[in-house]
Amino acid sequence: MKDETVYTLKKIGFYTVIFTAVAWILIPIIVSFLYGFTSKADYYDPHMVIPHHYTTEYVRVILFTLGAWDGIKNSTIVATLTIIISFILGIPAGYSIAKFVFPGKDTIKLSIIALRMFPIPVMAIPLIILYIRLHLADTLLGVALAHTAMALPFVVLITSSIFSGVSKEYEEAAMVFGLTRLGSFLKITLPLALPGLAAAAMFTFVMSWNEVFVASVLTLTHRTLPAQILSIMAGSSGGAAPDYYKFAAAFIMTLPAMLFIFFARKYLVTMWGITLK
Amino acid sequence: MERKSLLPYLLILPAFAYLLFFVGYPLLQALYLAFTQNGAFSLDTVRRTINDYYFWSAFKDTLAFAAVIIPIQLFLAIVFALLLNKAFKGKDLAIYALVIPLTISDVAGGLIWYSMLSPYGFVNKVLMNIGLISHPIYFFGYQFRSREFLAIVMAEVWRATSIVFIIILAGLQMISKEYIEAAEVFGASYWTRLRRIVFPMLKPSIQSALIIRTLFAMQIFGVVWILAGRDLPVLAGEGFYQLTVIKDYGVASIYALIIAGLSILFGAVYVKFLKAEYLEVMR
Repeated sequence: MKDETVYTLKKIGFYTVIFTAVAWILIPIIVSFLYGFTSKADYYDPHMVIPHHYTTEYVRVILFTLGAWDGIKNSTIVATLTIIISFILGIPAGYSIAKFVFPGKDTIKLSIIALRMFPIPVMAIPLIILYIRLHLADTLLGVALAHTAMALPFVVLITSSIFSGVSKEYEEAAMVFGLTRLGSFLKITLPLALPGLAAAAMFTFVMSWNEVFVASVLTLTHRTLPAQILSIMAGSSGGAAPDYYKFAAAFIMTLPAMLFIFFARKYLVTMWGITLK
Repeated sequence: MERKSLLPYLLILPAFAYLLFFVGYPLLQALYLAFTQNGAFSLDTVRRTINDYYFWSAFKDTLAFAAVIIPIQLFLAIVFALLLNKAFKGKDLAIYALVIPLTISDVAGGLIWYSMLSPYGFVNKVLMNIGLISHPIYFFGYQFRSREFLAIVMAEVWRATSIVFIIILAGLQMISKEYIEAAEVFGASYWTRLRRIVFPMLKPSIQSALIIRTLFAMQIFGVVWILAGRDLPVLAGEGFYQLTVIKDYGVASIYALIIAGLSILFGAVYVKFLKAEYLEVMR
Protein backbone atom coordinates (compact mmCIF):
# COMPACT_ATOMS: atom_id res chain seq x y z
CA MET A 1 0.00 0.00 0.00
CA LYS A 2 2.69 2.45 1.04
CA ASP A 3 4.89 1.49 -1.88
CA GLU A 4 1.96 2.12 -4.17
CA THR A 5 1.50 5.66 -2.80
CA VAL A 6 5.18 6.42 -3.29
CA TYR A 7 4.95 5.09 -6.82
CA THR A 8 1.90 7.23 -7.61
CA LEU A 9 3.52 10.33 -6.13
CA LYS A 10 6.67 9.70 -8.14
CA LYS A 11 4.61 9.33 -11.29
CA ILE A 12 2.72 12.58 -10.62
CA GLY A 13 6.01 14.37 -9.92
CA PHE A 14 7.52 13.01 -13.13
CA TYR A 15 4.62 14.13 -15.31
CA THR A 16 4.55 17.55 -13.61
CA VAL A 17 8.19 18.18 -14.53
CA ILE A 18 7.65 16.99 -18.13
CA PHE A 19 4.50 19.08 -18.43
CA THR A 20 6.25 22.19 -17.05
CA ALA A 21 9.14 21.77 -19.47
CA VAL A 22 6.81 21.37 -22.45
CA ALA A 23 4.71 24.35 -21.33
CA TRP A 24 7.86 26.46 -20.91
CA ILE A 25 8.74 25.77 -24.55
CA LEU A 26 5.26 26.07 -26.04
CA ILE A 27 3.72 29.04 -24.18
CA PRO A 28 6.07 31.73 -25.58
CA ILE A 29 5.48 30.43 -29.12
CA ILE A 30 1.69 30.36 -28.66
CA VAL A 31 1.67 33.81 -27.02
CA SER A 32 3.79 35.43 -29.72
CA PHE A 33 1.67 33.85 -32.48
CA LEU A 34 -1.51 35.04 -30.73
CA TYR A 35 -0.17 38.56 -30.20
CA GLY A 36 0.91 38.73 -33.83
CA PHE A 37 -2.77 38.68 -34.76
CA THR A 38 -4.11 40.69 -31.80
CA SER A 39 -5.78 44.05 -32.40
CA LYS A 40 -3.86 47.07 -31.11
CA ALA A 41 -6.51 47.95 -28.49
CA ASP A 42 -6.52 44.44 -27.00
CA TYR A 43 -2.73 44.30 -26.80
CA TYR A 44 -2.47 47.63 -24.98
CA ASP A 45 -5.28 46.72 -22.56
CA PRO A 46 -3.45 45.55 -19.41
CA HIS A 47 -6.43 43.43 -18.29
CA MET A 48 -6.71 41.48 -21.54
CA VAL A 49 -4.40 38.50 -21.02
CA ILE A 50 -6.07 36.42 -23.73
CA PRO A 51 -7.04 38.83 -26.50
CA HIS A 52 -10.58 38.82 -27.99
CA HIS A 53 -10.17 40.75 -31.22
CA TYR A 54 -7.91 39.52 -33.96
CA THR A 55 -6.64 41.04 -37.20
CA THR A 56 -4.28 40.04 -39.98
CA GLU A 57 -3.41 43.68 -40.61
CA TYR A 58 0.05 43.62 -39.01
CA VAL A 59 1.14 40.44 -40.74
CA ARG A 60 0.00 41.96 -44.05
CA VAL A 61 1.83 45.24 -43.38
CA ILE A 62 5.04 43.38 -42.50
CA LEU A 63 4.73 41.19 -45.57
CA PHE A 64 3.72 43.66 -48.24
CA THR A 65 4.60 47.16 -46.99
CA LEU A 66 7.76 46.51 -44.99
CA GLY A 67 9.29 44.03 -47.43
CA ALA A 68 9.09 40.69 -45.61
CA TRP A 69 7.54 39.03 -48.67
CA ASP A 70 10.60 39.99 -50.73
CA GLY A 71 12.67 38.77 -47.80
CA ILE A 72 10.92 35.39 -47.93
CA LYS A 73 11.58 35.15 -51.67
CA ASN A 74 15.24 36.12 -51.20
CA SER A 75 15.68 33.72 -48.28
CA THR A 76 14.19 30.88 -50.32
CA ILE A 77 16.54 31.60 -53.23
CA VAL A 78 19.59 31.83 -50.93
CA ALA A 79 18.68 28.65 -49.04
CA THR A 80 18.04 26.71 -52.25
CA LEU A 81 21.35 27.86 -53.76
CA THR A 82 23.08 26.93 -50.50
CA ILE A 83 21.63 23.41 -50.64
CA ILE A 84 22.65 22.97 -54.30
CA ILE A 85 26.22 24.24 -53.91
CA SER A 86 26.93 22.60 -50.57
CA PHE A 87 25.55 19.24 -51.78
CA ILE A 88 27.53 19.34 -55.03
CA LEU A 89 30.70 19.93 -53.00
CA GLY A 90 29.75 17.92 -49.92
CA ILE A 91 28.33 14.65 -51.29
CA PRO A 92 31.58 13.48 -52.98
CA ALA A 93 33.56 14.33 -49.84
CA GLY A 94 31.06 12.56 -47.60
CA TYR A 95 31.05 9.53 -49.89
CA SER A 96 34.84 9.41 -49.89
CA ILE A 97 35.04 9.49 -46.09
CA ALA A 98 32.35 6.83 -45.78
CA LYS A 99 33.50 4.33 -48.38
CA PHE A 100 37.28 4.57 -48.69
CA VAL A 101 40.14 3.72 -46.37
CA PHE A 102 43.10 5.97 -47.07
CA PRO A 103 46.04 7.50 -45.20
CA GLY A 104 45.30 10.85 -43.56
CA LYS A 105 41.56 10.20 -43.39
CA ASP A 106 41.33 10.88 -39.67
CA THR A 107 43.32 14.09 -40.01
CA ILE A 108 41.04 15.27 -42.80
CA LYS A 109 37.93 14.40 -40.81
CA LEU A 110 39.28 16.17 -37.74
CA SER A 111 40.18 19.29 -39.70
CA ILE A 112 36.68 19.42 -41.18
CA ILE A 113 35.28 19.27 -37.64
CA ALA A 114 37.78 21.95 -36.62
CA LEU A 115 36.73 24.14 -39.57
CA ARG A 116 33.13 23.67 -38.46
CA MET A 117 34.15 25.24 -35.18
CA PHE A 118 35.53 28.31 -36.92
CA PRO A 119 33.20 31.33 -36.68
CA ILE A 120 32.61 31.58 -40.43
CA PRO A 121 29.64 33.99 -39.97
CA VAL A 122 31.76 36.79 -38.46
CA MET A 123 34.25 36.34 -41.30
CA ALA A 124 31.63 38.05 -43.46
CA ILE A 125 33.17 41.31 -42.17
CA PRO A 126 36.52 41.01 -44.00
CA LEU A 127 34.85 39.02 -46.80
CA ILE A 128 32.84 42.07 -47.87
CA ILE A 129 36.05 43.66 -49.25
CA LEU A 130 36.48 40.79 -51.72
CA TYR A 131 32.77 40.82 -52.51
CA ILE A 132 32.84 44.51 -53.41
CA ARG A 133 35.78 43.84 -55.75
CA LEU A 134 34.03 40.88 -57.38
CA HIS A 135 30.63 42.67 -57.53
CA LEU A 136 29.19 40.00 -55.25
CA ALA A 137 28.23 42.49 -52.51
CA ASP A 138 24.47 42.83 -52.09
CA THR A 139 23.78 39.78 -54.25
CA LEU A 140 21.90 36.66 -53.24
CA LEU A 141 24.60 34.46 -54.78
CA GLY A 142 27.15 36.12 -52.51
CA VAL A 143 25.11 35.32 -49.41
CA ALA A 144 24.55 31.74 -50.63
CA LEU A 145 28.31 31.24 -51.17
CA ALA A 146 29.02 32.35 -47.59
CA HIS A 147 26.16 30.21 -46.24
CA THR A 148 27.63 27.27 -48.16
CA ALA A 149 30.90 27.69 -46.27
CA MET A 150 28.87 27.62 -43.06
CA ALA A 151 26.83 24.53 -44.02
CA LEU A 152 29.51 22.51 -45.81
CA PRO A 153 31.18 20.82 -42.79
CA PHE A 154 27.72 19.76 -41.63
CA VAL A 155 26.85 18.39 -45.08
CA VAL A 156 30.13 16.45 -45.38
CA LEU A 157 29.80 14.84 -41.96
CA ILE A 158 26.11 14.07 -42.32
CA THR A 159 26.35 12.61 -45.82
CA SER A 160 29.32 10.48 -44.78
CA SER A 161 27.27 8.99 -41.94
CA ILE A 162 24.30 8.46 -44.29
CA PHE A 163 26.47 6.71 -46.90
CA SER A 164 28.19 4.48 -44.35
CA GLY A 165 24.68 3.37 -43.36
CA VAL A 166 24.21 1.96 -46.88
CA SER A 167 25.70 -1.51 -46.93
CA LYS A 168 28.87 -1.89 -48.99
CA GLU A 169 27.72 -5.28 -50.26
CA TYR A 170 24.97 -3.85 -52.46
CA GLU A 171 27.49 -1.65 -54.21
CA GLU A 172 30.02 -4.47 -54.58
CA ALA A 173 27.31 -6.75 -55.97
CA ALA A 174 26.40 -4.09 -58.51
CA MET A 175 30.05 -3.73 -59.51
CA VAL A 176 30.36 -7.51 -59.92
CA PHE A 177 27.46 -7.30 -62.37
CA GLY A 178 29.37 -4.81 -64.46
CA LEU A 179 28.45 -1.37 -63.15
CA THR A 180 31.25 1.15 -62.68
CA ARG A 181 31.76 2.75 -59.27
CA LEU A 182 29.96 5.89 -60.45
CA GLY A 183 27.16 3.76 -61.91
CA SER A 184 26.68 1.77 -58.74
CA PHE A 185 26.73 5.00 -56.73
CA LEU A 186 24.05 6.56 -58.92
CA LYS A 187 21.89 3.44 -59.25
CA ILE A 188 22.29 1.81 -55.81
CA THR A 189 23.75 4.01 -53.07
CA LEU A 190 22.12 7.32 -53.97
CA PRO A 191 18.52 6.02 -54.09
CA LEU A 192 18.99 4.19 -50.78
CA ALA A 193 20.46 7.31 -49.16
CA LEU A 194 17.77 9.61 -50.55
CA PRO A 195 15.52 9.94 -47.46
CA GLY A 196 18.49 10.83 -45.28
CA LEU A 197 19.77 13.29 -47.86
CA ALA A 198 16.33 14.93 -48.03
CA ALA A 199 16.38 15.42 -44.26
CA ALA A 200 19.92 16.83 -44.47
CA ALA A 201 18.70 19.24 -47.17
CA MET A 202 15.93 20.44 -44.87
CA PHE A 203 18.43 21.06 -42.08
CA THR A 204 20.65 23.00 -44.47
CA PHE A 205 17.62 25.01 -45.56
CA VAL A 206 16.75 25.93 -41.96
CA MET A 207 20.39 26.80 -41.23
CA SER A 208 20.46 29.28 -44.08
CA TRP A 209 16.90 30.51 -43.48
CA ASN A 210 17.73 31.47 -39.87
CA GLU A 211 21.17 33.03 -40.46
CA VAL A 212 21.18 36.77 -39.87
CA PHE A 213 24.73 38.09 -39.41
CA VAL A 214 26.17 37.16 -42.80
CA ALA A 215 23.01 38.23 -44.59
CA SER A 216 22.94 41.61 -42.81
CA VAL A 217 26.60 42.31 -43.50
CA LEU A 218 26.67 41.22 -47.14
CA THR A 219 23.41 42.76 -48.38
CA LEU A 220 21.79 46.15 -48.33
CA THR A 221 18.82 46.09 -50.70
CA HIS A 222 18.51 42.35 -51.38
CA ARG A 223 17.80 41.38 -47.79
CA THR A 224 16.94 37.87 -46.69
CA LEU A 225 14.03 37.60 -44.25
CA PRO A 226 15.99 37.70 -40.95
CA ALA A 227 18.16 40.56 -42.21
CA GLN A 228 15.08 42.48 -43.35
CA ILE A 229 13.30 41.89 -40.01
CA LEU A 230 16.44 42.87 -38.08
CA SER A 231 16.78 46.15 -39.92
CA ILE A 232 13.10 47.01 -39.35
CA MET A 233 12.96 45.90 -35.73
CA ALA A 234 16.24 46.69 -34.02
CA GLY A 235 16.09 50.03 -32.25
CA SER A 236 19.68 51.04 -32.79
CA SER A 237 20.01 50.41 -36.53
CA GLY A 238 16.61 51.53 -37.78
CA GLY A 239 13.40 52.94 -36.38
CA ALA A 240 11.97 50.79 -33.59
CA ALA A 241 8.74 49.20 -34.81
CA PRO A 242 5.59 49.09 -32.65
CA ASP A 243 5.27 45.94 -30.54
CA TYR A 244 2.51 44.23 -32.51
CA TYR A 245 4.65 44.37 -35.66
CA LYS A 246 7.40 42.55 -33.79
CA PHE A 247 5.09 39.66 -32.97
CA ALA A 248 3.76 39.47 -36.51
CA ALA A 249 7.39 39.31 -37.70
CA ALA A 250 8.19 36.52 -35.24
CA PHE A 251 5.25 34.53 -36.64
CA ILE A 252 6.38 34.97 -40.24
CA MET A 253 9.95 33.92 -39.43
CA THR A 254 9.16 30.95 -37.25
CA LEU A 255 6.38 29.13 -39.09
CA PRO A 256 8.24 27.87 -42.21
CA ALA A 257 11.23 26.57 -40.24
CA MET A 258 8.94 24.76 -37.81
CA LEU A 259 7.06 23.09 -40.65
CA PHE A 260 10.29 21.97 -42.25
CA ILE A 261 11.58 20.35 -39.09
CA PHE A 262 8.19 18.74 -38.52
CA PHE A 263 8.68 16.81 -41.75
CA ALA A 264 12.24 15.86 -40.79
CA ARG A 265 11.42 15.09 -37.14
CA LYS A 266 12.15 11.37 -37.50
CA TYR A 267 15.81 12.22 -38.11
CA LEU A 268 16.19 14.86 -35.42
CA VAL A 269 17.90 12.94 -32.63
CA THR A 270 20.09 10.72 -34.83
CA MET A 271 21.14 13.60 -37.05
CA TRP A 272 22.33 15.86 -34.25
CA GLY A 273 23.77 12.92 -32.39
CA ILE A 274 25.91 11.99 -35.36
CA THR A 275 27.06 15.40 -36.52
CA LEU A 276 28.00 16.76 -33.15
CA LYS A 277 30.06 13.81 -32.01
CA MET B 1 46.15 1.34 -59.19
CA GLU B 2 47.71 4.79 -58.97
CA ARG B 3 44.49 6.49 -60.02
CA LYS B 4 42.40 4.42 -57.65
CA SER B 5 44.40 5.52 -54.63
CA LEU B 6 44.02 9.16 -55.61
CA LEU B 7 40.23 9.01 -55.99
CA PRO B 8 39.25 9.52 -52.32
CA TYR B 9 41.43 12.64 -52.14
CA LEU B 10 40.05 14.02 -55.38
CA LEU B 11 36.52 13.60 -54.05
CA ILE B 12 37.32 15.51 -50.86
CA LEU B 13 39.43 18.20 -52.49
CA PRO B 14 36.67 20.57 -53.76
CA ALA B 15 34.89 20.76 -50.41
CA PHE B 16 38.15 21.11 -48.52
CA ALA B 17 39.52 23.82 -50.82
CA TYR B 18 36.23 25.73 -50.63
CA LEU B 19 36.31 25.69 -46.82
CA LEU B 20 39.98 26.63 -46.67
CA PHE B 21 39.33 29.58 -48.96
CA PHE B 22 36.36 30.85 -46.97
CA VAL B 23 38.31 30.60 -43.74
CA GLY B 24 41.77 31.56 -44.98
CA TYR B 25 41.02 34.48 -47.26
CA PRO B 26 38.89 36.49 -44.80
CA LEU B 27 41.41 35.75 -42.05
CA LEU B 28 44.30 37.22 -44.08
CA GLN B 29 42.14 40.14 -45.21
CA ALA B 30 41.15 40.83 -41.59
CA LEU B 31 44.79 40.75 -40.44
CA TYR B 32 45.70 43.15 -43.26
CA LEU B 33 42.86 45.54 -42.40
CA ALA B 34 43.63 45.38 -38.69
CA PHE B 35 47.39 45.85 -38.71
CA THR B 36 48.24 48.06 -41.69
CA GLN B 37 47.76 51.71 -42.52
CA ASN B 38 48.46 52.88 -46.08
CA GLY B 39 50.32 49.65 -46.79
CA ALA B 40 52.65 49.80 -43.77
CA PHE B 41 52.45 48.01 -40.44
CA SER B 42 50.58 50.06 -37.89
CA LEU B 43 48.81 49.62 -34.57
CA ASP B 44 46.54 52.64 -35.05
CA THR B 45 43.48 50.49 -35.67
CA VAL B 46 44.16 48.37 -32.62
CA ARG B 47 44.54 51.53 -30.53
CA ARG B 48 41.30 52.95 -31.99
CA THR B 49 39.50 49.72 -31.03
CA ILE B 50 40.81 49.45 -27.50
CA ASN B 51 40.15 53.11 -26.75
CA ASP B 52 36.53 52.78 -27.87
CA TYR B 53 34.17 53.12 -24.93
CA TYR B 54 32.23 50.04 -26.04
CA PHE B 55 35.17 47.68 -26.54
CA TRP B 56 35.79 46.37 -23.05
CA SER B 57 32.13 46.17 -22.15
CA ALA B 58 31.52 44.20 -25.38
CA PHE B 59 34.30 41.80 -24.41
CA LYS B 60 33.00 41.52 -20.85
CA ASP B 61 29.32 41.16 -21.80
CA THR B 62 29.99 38.46 -24.39
CA LEU B 63 31.87 36.36 -21.85
CA ALA B 64 29.31 37.14 -19.14
CA PHE B 65 26.44 35.94 -21.33
CA ALA B 66 28.31 32.70 -22.02
CA ALA B 67 29.21 32.21 -18.35
CA VAL B 68 25.60 32.65 -17.20
CA ILE B 69 23.70 30.99 -20.05
CA ILE B 70 25.73 27.82 -20.66
CA PRO B 71 25.68 26.30 -17.14
CA ILE B 72 21.89 26.79 -16.94
CA GLN B 73 21.47 25.16 -20.36
CA LEU B 74 23.67 22.22 -19.42
CA PHE B 75 21.82 21.62 -16.15
CA LEU B 76 18.37 21.78 -17.77
CA ALA B 77 19.45 19.65 -20.72
CA ILE B 78 20.82 16.88 -18.49
CA VAL B 79 17.66 16.84 -16.34
CA PHE B 80 15.38 16.75 -19.40
CA ALA B 81 17.46 14.10 -21.15
CA LEU B 82 17.52 11.82 -18.09
CA LEU B 83 13.74 12.16 -17.71
CA LEU B 84 13.02 11.63 -21.38
CA ASN B 85 15.31 8.64 -21.75
CA LYS B 86 12.65 6.50 -20.02
CA ALA B 87 9.71 4.94 -21.81
CA PHE B 88 6.39 6.62 -21.03
CA LYS B 89 3.19 7.68 -22.72
CA GLY B 90 3.61 10.80 -24.83
CA LYS B 91 7.43 10.56 -24.87
CA ASP B 92 7.80 11.30 -28.59
CA LEU B 93 5.50 14.29 -28.33
CA ALA B 94 7.46 15.68 -25.36
CA ILE B 95 10.78 15.26 -27.22
CA TYR B 96 9.35 16.97 -30.27
CA ALA B 97 8.10 19.90 -28.17
CA LEU B 98 11.50 20.29 -26.52
CA VAL B 99 13.38 20.40 -29.82
CA ILE B 100 11.09 22.92 -31.55
CA PRO B 101 13.41 25.82 -30.58
CA LEU B 102 16.14 24.23 -32.74
CA THR B 103 14.24 25.63 -35.71
CA ILE B 104 13.87 29.13 -34.29
CA SER B 105 16.48 31.75 -35.18
CA ASP B 106 18.01 34.01 -32.58
CA VAL B 107 16.19 37.00 -34.09
CA ALA B 108 12.81 35.24 -33.89
CA GLY B 109 13.67 33.95 -30.40
CA GLY B 110 14.30 37.52 -29.26
CA LEU B 111 11.01 38.71 -30.75
CA ILE B 112 9.11 35.80 -29.18
CA TRP B 113 10.49 36.61 -25.73
CA TYR B 114 9.65 40.26 -26.28
CA SER B 115 6.00 39.15 -26.47
CA MET B 116 6.45 37.57 -23.03
CA LEU B 117 8.39 40.34 -21.29
CA SER B 118 7.34 43.65 -22.90
CA PRO B 119 5.42 46.11 -20.64
CA TYR B 120 2.19 44.80 -22.17
CA GLY B 121 3.56 41.30 -22.61
CA PHE B 122 2.16 38.04 -21.32
CA VAL B 123 4.19 37.82 -18.08
CA ASN B 124 3.35 41.35 -16.96
CA LYS B 125 -0.34 40.94 -17.79
CA VAL B 126 -0.61 37.65 -15.90
CA LEU B 127 1.21 39.00 -12.84
CA MET B 128 -0.93 42.15 -12.83
CA ASN B 129 -4.19 40.24 -13.21
CA ILE B 130 -3.49 37.90 -10.33
CA GLY B 131 -2.54 40.94 -8.27
CA LEU B 132 1.14 40.22 -7.66
CA ILE B 133 2.24 43.54 -9.13
CA SER B 134 0.41 46.80 -9.74
CA HIS B 135 2.72 48.25 -12.39
CA PRO B 136 4.37 46.37 -15.20
CA ILE B 137 7.99 45.29 -14.69
CA TYR B 138 10.10 47.03 -17.33
CA PHE B 139 12.66 44.72 -18.88
CA PHE B 140 13.77 46.93 -21.74
CA GLY B 141 15.49 50.29 -22.08
CA TYR B 142 18.94 51.63 -21.25
CA GLN B 143 18.06 52.35 -17.60
CA PHE B 144 17.00 48.70 -17.13
CA ARG B 145 20.18 47.16 -18.54
CA SER B 146 20.54 44.51 -15.85
CA ARG B 147 17.00 43.32 -16.59
CA GLU B 148 17.75 43.38 -20.31
CA PHE B 149 20.61 41.03 -19.51
CA LEU B 150 18.13 38.79 -17.70
CA ALA B 151 15.67 38.91 -20.63
CA ILE B 152 18.41 37.89 -23.09
CA VAL B 153 19.49 35.07 -20.75
CA MET B 154 15.89 33.82 -20.63
CA ALA B 155 15.49 34.00 -24.41
CA GLU B 156 18.80 32.22 -25.08
CA VAL B 157 18.25 29.53 -22.45
CA TRP B 158 14.82 28.92 -23.97
CA ARG B 159 16.06 28.85 -27.57
CA ALA B 160 19.38 27.03 -27.38
CA THR B 161 18.90 24.48 -24.60
CA SER B 162 17.41 22.18 -27.27
CA ILE B 163 20.71 21.62 -28.98
CA VAL B 164 22.42 20.65 -25.72
CA PHE B 165 19.44 18.45 -24.88
CA ILE B 166 19.64 16.62 -28.22
CA ILE B 167 23.38 15.98 -27.88
CA ILE B 168 23.00 14.65 -24.33
CA LEU B 169 19.96 12.53 -25.25
CA ALA B 170 21.82 11.01 -28.21
CA GLY B 171 24.72 10.28 -25.83
CA LEU B 172 22.41 8.64 -23.30
CA GLN B 173 20.85 6.45 -25.95
CA MET B 174 24.28 5.16 -26.90
CA ILE B 175 25.01 3.86 -23.38
CA SER B 176 24.43 0.13 -23.44
CA LYS B 177 21.52 -1.01 -21.27
CA GLU B 178 23.63 -3.95 -20.10
CA TYR B 179 25.92 -1.80 -17.94
CA ILE B 180 22.96 -0.29 -16.15
CA GLU B 181 21.22 -3.62 -15.73
CA ALA B 182 24.41 -5.16 -14.35
CA ALA B 183 24.68 -2.35 -11.80
CA GLU B 184 21.04 -2.87 -10.89
CA VAL B 185 21.64 -6.56 -10.31
CA PHE B 186 24.42 -5.66 -7.86
CA GLY B 187 22.01 -3.41 -6.00
CA ALA B 188 23.29 0.03 -7.06
CA SER B 189 20.78 2.80 -6.32
CA TYR B 190 19.64 5.31 -8.99
CA TRP B 191 22.11 7.95 -7.80
CA THR B 192 25.01 5.52 -7.67
CA ARG B 193 24.20 4.38 -11.20
CA LEU B 194 24.11 8.00 -12.37
CA ARG B 195 27.39 8.87 -10.67
CA ARG B 196 29.34 5.73 -11.49
CA ILE B 197 28.03 4.73 -14.92
CA VAL B 198 25.89 7.31 -16.68
CA PHE B 199 27.92 10.49 -16.06
CA PRO B 200 31.34 9.01 -16.87
CA MET B 201 29.98 7.53 -20.11
CA LEU B 202 28.21 10.76 -20.92
CA LYS B 203 31.36 12.85 -20.58
CA PRO B 204 32.19 13.07 -24.31
CA SER B 205 28.65 14.25 -25.12
CA ILE B 206 28.74 16.82 -22.34
CA GLN B 207 32.11 18.05 -23.56
CA SER B 208 30.98 18.47 -27.16
CA ALA B 209 27.78 20.17 -26.08
CA LEU B 210 29.72 22.58 -23.86
CA ILE B 211 32.23 23.50 -26.53
CA ILE B 212 29.66 23.92 -29.28
CA ARG B 213 27.53 26.18 -27.12
CA THR B 214 30.60 28.17 -26.04
CA LEU B 215 31.63 28.75 -29.66
CA PHE B 216 28.16 29.91 -30.67
CA ALA B 217 28.00 32.08 -27.57
CA MET B 218 31.11 33.99 -28.74
CA GLN B 219 29.10 35.01 -31.83
CA ILE B 220 25.95 36.04 -29.95
CA PHE B 221 24.30 38.79 -31.98
CA GLY B 222 20.67 38.62 -33.20
CA VAL B 223 18.91 38.21 -29.88
CA VAL B 224 20.97 40.98 -28.25
CA TRP B 225 20.47 43.32 -31.21
CA ILE B 226 16.69 42.79 -31.08
CA LEU B 227 16.21 43.04 -27.31
CA ALA B 228 18.90 45.48 -26.18
CA GLY B 229 20.60 47.03 -29.22
CA ARG B 230 23.86 48.56 -28.01
CA ASP B 231 22.66 48.98 -24.41
CA LEU B 232 24.52 45.73 -23.83
CA PRO B 233 27.31 45.71 -26.42
CA VAL B 234 28.61 42.31 -27.57
CA LEU B 235 31.61 41.53 -29.81
CA ALA B 236 29.66 40.50 -32.92
CA GLY B 237 27.25 43.42 -32.47
CA GLU B 238 30.12 45.93 -32.26
CA GLY B 239 31.74 44.40 -35.33
CA PHE B 240 28.44 44.75 -37.17
CA TYR B 241 27.99 48.34 -35.96
CA GLN B 242 31.52 49.41 -36.88
CA LEU B 243 31.11 47.93 -40.35
CA THR B 244 27.60 49.02 -41.28
CA VAL B 245 27.21 52.34 -39.44
CA ILE B 246 30.73 53.73 -38.83
CA LYS B 247 32.15 52.03 -42.00
CA ASP B 248 35.39 51.37 -40.15
CA TYR B 249 36.53 48.14 -41.78
CA GLY B 250 39.70 47.92 -39.68
CA VAL B 251 38.00 48.06 -36.29
CA ALA B 252 35.22 45.72 -37.49
CA SER B 253 37.90 43.25 -38.60
CA ILE B 254 39.52 43.34 -35.17
CA TYR B 255 36.21 42.32 -33.62
CA ALA B 256 35.97 39.45 -36.12
CA LEU B 257 39.55 38.43 -35.27
CA ILE B 258 38.84 38.47 -31.54
CA ILE B 259 35.81 36.20 -32.00
CA ALA B 260 37.90 33.92 -34.25
CA GLY B 261 40.73 33.89 -31.67
CA LEU B 262 38.38 32.94 -28.85
CA SER B 263 36.84 30.23 -31.05
CA ILE B 264 40.20 28.76 -32.05
CA LEU B 265 41.15 28.69 -28.37
CA PHE B 266 38.00 26.74 -27.47
CA GLY B 267 38.14 24.70 -30.71
CA ALA B 268 41.65 23.48 -29.87
CA VAL B 269 40.35 22.23 -26.55
CA TYR B 270 37.51 20.51 -28.41
CA VAL B 271 39.77 18.69 -30.87
CA LYS B 272 41.94 17.58 -27.97
CA PHE B 273 38.94 16.09 -26.18
CA LEU B 274 37.78 14.47 -29.39
CA LYS B 275 41.13 12.72 -29.80
CA ALA B 276 40.98 11.47 -26.24
CA GLU B 277 37.54 10.07 -26.88
CA TYR B 278 38.69 8.38 -30.08
CA LEU B 279 41.53 6.66 -28.24
CA GLU B 280 39.14 5.45 -25.58
CA VAL B 281 37.03 3.76 -28.21
CA MET B 282 40.12 2.12 -29.69
CA ARG B 283 41.18 0.72 -26.33
